[in-house]
Amino acid sequence: MKSVVRVASGQGFWGDWLAAPRRQVEGGPVDYLMLDYLAEVTMSILQKQKERDPTMGYARDFVGAIDSVLEAVTQRGVRVIANAGGVNPRACGDAILALADQRGVRGKLKLGVVTGDDLLPRLDQLIGEGHALANMDTGEPLSTVRDRVLSANAYIGSVPIVDALGFGANIVITGRSTDTALTMAPLRYEFGWKADDWDRLAAGIIAGHIIECGAQCSGGNCLHEWQTVPDLANVGYPIVEAKADGSFEIVKHPNTGGRISVPSVTEQLVYEMGDPHAYITPDVVADFTSIRLEASGQDRVRISGIRGAPATDKLKVSIAYRAGFKAVGTLVYSWPDAMAKATLADQVLRDRFKLLGMSFDTILTEYVGVNATHGPLSGDGRDANEVQLRIGVRSGDKTMVERFTRELAPLVLNGPPSVTGFAGGRPKVEEIVAYWPALIDKTVVMPEVEILE
Amino acid sequence: MNVRLVDIAHARSGDKGDTANVGVIALRPEWYPVIARELTVERVTRHFAGMITGGVVRYELPNLGALNFLLHGALDGGGTLSLKTDAQGKVFSTAMLRMVLDLPASEVASLSLPASGS
Repeated sequence: MKSVVRVASGQGFWGDWLAAPRRQVEGGPVDYLMLDYLAEVTMSILQKQKERDPTMGYARDFVGAIDSVLEAVTQRGVRVIANAGGVNPRACGDAILALADQRGVRGKLKLGVVTGDDLLPRLDQLIGEGHALANMDTGEPLSTVRDRVLSANAYIGSVPIVDALGFGANIVITGRSTDTALTMAPLRYEFGWKADDWDRLAAGIIAGHIIECGAQCSGGNCLHEWQTVPDLANVGYPIVEAKADGSFEIVKHPNTGGRISVPSVTEQLVYEMGDPHAYITPDVVADFTSIRLEASGQDRVRISGIRGAPATDKLKVSIAYRAGFKAVGTLVYSWPDAMAKATLADQVLRDRFKLLGMSFDTILTEYVGVNATHGPLSGDGRDANEVQLRIGVRSGDKTMVERFTRELAPLVLNGPPSVTGFAGGRPKVEEIVAYWPALIDKTVVMPEVEILE
Repeated sequence: MNVRLVDIAHARSGDKGDTANVGVIALRPEWYPVIARELTVERVTRHFAGMITGGVVRYELPNLGALNFLLHGALDGGGTLSLKTDAQGKVFSTAMLRMVLDLPASEVASLSLPASGS
C-alpha cells in the first residue's frame, strides 16, 4: 500500500482552464488526475446535444484534456477519473479510444465506463411503481412536469469507480457521479477503506469537496487578502496528499502561483454548504463541524479529525425540464444623471409593454454599476459615471419574449438621452431548462462498469 | 462603536436551487464569538430585507470560526430560471459583509477590533 496517495484536481467545471490538467501531471508527482465537468444544469445541455446527435452528450473538452496528459497516463501510470461522460459515457469512451488510435496508444489505455445513473428511459416505470420523485424544494410530484422532462440522472457514489480501478482501468469515465466521489474513490481503492468506515469515507468526501472547484481553494476567487495572492496567472491547482488514516494535506506544485492557506481552504469548505452537520452523499454523511485545519507548511494545509455517519437509503436525482423562455438585454447610460436616465428608460419600456399588450411571468430590472448584485444595500447611485440598465423577462410564451427583444434598441433613438453600449445587437431568446432535485430509493439504481480497451 | 463586518470577516457564497448560502469566516479566531453573537437570524433577515423572499437558516462551525447562512428565495428561481446578474448567488458574500456592527468600546479595545470611525 502506498503511504501517501496524491489526487490532483485539473478541472472544476466544464469550461475551466484548458491548461490545468497538463500542468497538474507535469508539475510534480501525482497518482490520480480528477476532472469535474458537471454542474446542475450541464446534464440538460448534454441531453439536448445527444438528442440532436446520438454520438454526443458528453463533455467534449475531456478529449483535449486526455490528449494533453496522454504521456503521463501511458508512460508514468497516472490514472484519470472524470465525470465527463455526462448523459453518454459510452460515447465519451469511444471518443477517447478514437483519440488513442490516432495517437497510436490504443493498447496502453484501459477505460472504465460507469453507467446506470441515467433514469430517463425508466422514468414512467419508476413513477408507475410509486416513486413520486417529488421536488425537494417545493414538494410537487414530478408528474406535474413529466411531459417536459429532458433528463433524469441519479447521483451515484464511489463504488463503481472503485470497481473500475480494481479492474485496472487507467481512465475512469462516469456520468452523474457526485463531484466528491471522484476524489474519494481512488483513496478508498488505494487504502482499502471499508463500506462502513464512515470517518475515513467522510474524510475522502471532504477532500473531494475542497478540490472539486479547482483553484477556488488555492487562491482563485479568494476574498481573504486577495490583494496579496501571488501570481494568479500561473495559479497552481490543488492536490490532495492523503494517508490511510484519513488525514490529508492540500498542496500545490512548486513554482506555481496562488495560495493555499487555512483561510483559502475555509472559504472553499463553506462554498455551497447546507447543514454542516450532515453533508449527505451516496457513500456517507460527512460532518463539517468535525474538521480540524492547520497550516503545515508553505502553501500546505493539514486536515484531520473528520467524522462521518452512515449513508442514507436514498440517492439524489437531478432532473431537467423545459420551463419556458427568457431574454435579457442591456443599455448603458452616461453621466450626468446616469441613474435617472436609466430609471426613466426602464419606465418607458414597461409602459410600452402595456401599450402593446405584452405581458410576462417576470420582469426584472437591475442597474449594473449601482445595485445589480447588492440590491437595496447598494445606495442610490446618483453620482455614477455610467449605469447599465439590465432588463430581463420570462414567459411561457416564446412570441412574447421575442417581441421583448425588439423593444430595447428603439430606446437608443426614442428614449432618454446619453445612451450607448448597444453594439451587441438584440438580446437572444433562450429556452429555459430548469432543475428539479428529487430523491429516489437507492435499491432501484444499479451502476455498472464496462471496460473498453 | 461601529465595526464593519468586512473588516473582521471574509466570506464565500454559492447556490442550491433558489437558495443562496453565505459562509462568514472570522479573520481572527478571537473574533468568532463576536460574529456568532451579532449575526443572529433576525439581524441577517433584516439585512437582506428586499433581497430575499424566504427565510434565513443559520448554522455554526466554531471549528472553522465560521457561520453558514441559507437565504431562501434569494435567486429569482435560481439557476437557469433566474433573470438576475448574480443568478448563482456568487456575491451574496460581499452583500453580507456590508453589515456594520455596533459594539461596546471596551470589547473593541480588548479584542483589537478595527473600528470604522463613523
